[in-house]
Amino acid sequence: MSNITVQERDVVIPGQVLAEGLDYLPGDNTYRQDDKIYARALGLFSLSGRVAKVTALSGPYVPKTGDKIIGQVQDILMSGWRISTGTAYTAMLNVKDASARFIRVTEDLSKILAIGDFVIVVITKVTSQNLIDLTMKEPGLRKINGGRIIQISSQKVPRVIGKKASMISVIKEKTGCEVTVGQNGYVWIKGDSPENECRAEQAIRLIEAKSHEEGLTDKIQQFLSK
Amino acid sequence: MAYTKRMDGRAVDELRPIEVKAGVIPNADGSASFKIGKTWAIAAVYGPREMFPRFLQDPTQGILRCHYAMMPFSGSGERIRPGTSRRSQEISMVMEKALRPVVDLSAFPNAVVDIFIQLPQTDAGTRCAAISAAAVALAAAGIPMTDMISSVAVGQVDGMVVADLTYNEEAYDGPVSDIPIAMTHISKEFTLLQMDGEISRDDLLKALEIAKSATEKVYELQMKALQERFKKE
Repeated sequence: MSNITVQERDVVIPGQVLAEGLDYLPGDNTYRQDDKIYARALGLFSLSGRVAKVTALSGPYVPKTGDKIIGQVQDILMSGWRISTGTAYTAMLNVKDASARFIRVTEDLSKILAIGDFVIVVITKVTSQNLIDLTMKEPGLRKINGGRIIQISSQKVPRVIGKKASMISVIKEKTGCEVTVGQNGYVWIKGDSPENECRAEQAIRLIEAKSHEEGLTDKIQQFLSK
Repeated sequence: MAYTKRMDGRAVDELRPIEVKAGVIPNADGSASFKIGKTWAIAAVYGPREMFPRFLQDPTQGILRCHYAMMPFSGSGERIRPGTSRRSQEISMVMEKALRPVVDLSAFPNAVVDIFIQLPQTDAGTRCAAISAAAVALAAAGIPMTDMISSVAVGQVDGMVVADLTYNEEAYDGPVSDIPIAMTHISKEFTLLQMDGEISRDDLLKALEIAKSATEKVYELQMKALQERFKKE
């Protein structure tokens, strides 16, 4: 006989029993020991079919292949740039992945990306030791000029973007700012005036603070219409 | 004269009033405050982040690092010199060993998770308060953990087996023992077991039994604090 010991969308803490019996399967952030499934991290419990999983509410950004992130050039190497990602691990942007243009061996790399520059990049590879490879060759990926960078919790990123990018398009539309959200929690905001940038930042901070509330898109719309 | 009634009127297995709060330091990745009677520990977790100095990095898994510190006028005696001391180094080490068995850092090679614990006010049982606070802070920081750690001190004061000793009880004029204990919740295993003083074999077994139910009470409050902090709606 198997049963679930917590309610759907309950906050569970590490080591809490989620399910008893062998009918359920351990999903994300859970593990099985004997005939019980336990939480491995703090988060919201949910059951999809027979899989019990926990959606983390906090915690570090875990780099994944295909993620678009915003990073900062930390160092210039022989064949590329070392990019800090806001995690415990730095990433490598190779010369051949940095530009569609052919970059010659003799060129000064600091003329292309200097230390301290922010870049929008995509992760192409993550190894088991969390070594990260990046590319800047896809459309929309580039060096950032102007605007401001703010940092939010990476767990809140999906909420800031919204379903089918609904939330972010509201912010873009109402403030006239260009907004790019990196999966690592870095957000780039560029508008025609500092006031608009500030409004966009305030809206994002509001989303971060009220990320669990229903109908947040409407609230943000109201907030920005004021 | 034997110790027949506790100085503050508590029952033998009764803990001092406990207050746990998660997320007390906004800039930290996870934090907690743990008050038990007059003892108060604040823990802040940062990381996983890059491990420096580099020679301490471990390519197979992340490292857990504890920094325990009592504030200068936190005790009832003389001013405590801030910074590390022999005592705080030892406690940092035992804390790390008490927490390490449940913290899963296999996904963070070469990285470190730092825990800083400050004690603004103390009245015995500081390492237990520090461990309980650190466990809540780690969970709040979203660090993968297989279990929770709850910690409490038990002991014996002149023949009476008690839980959660105060400084006055530790300083009682007679045979006293103070046994700080940390326990996992699921398997009820000890991850910390130290002792100051002396105790008979029978009393020790009795004390460990009391510790089991006492850590369970601490666990309930830790859980409540975390749920409160992250509660939806």
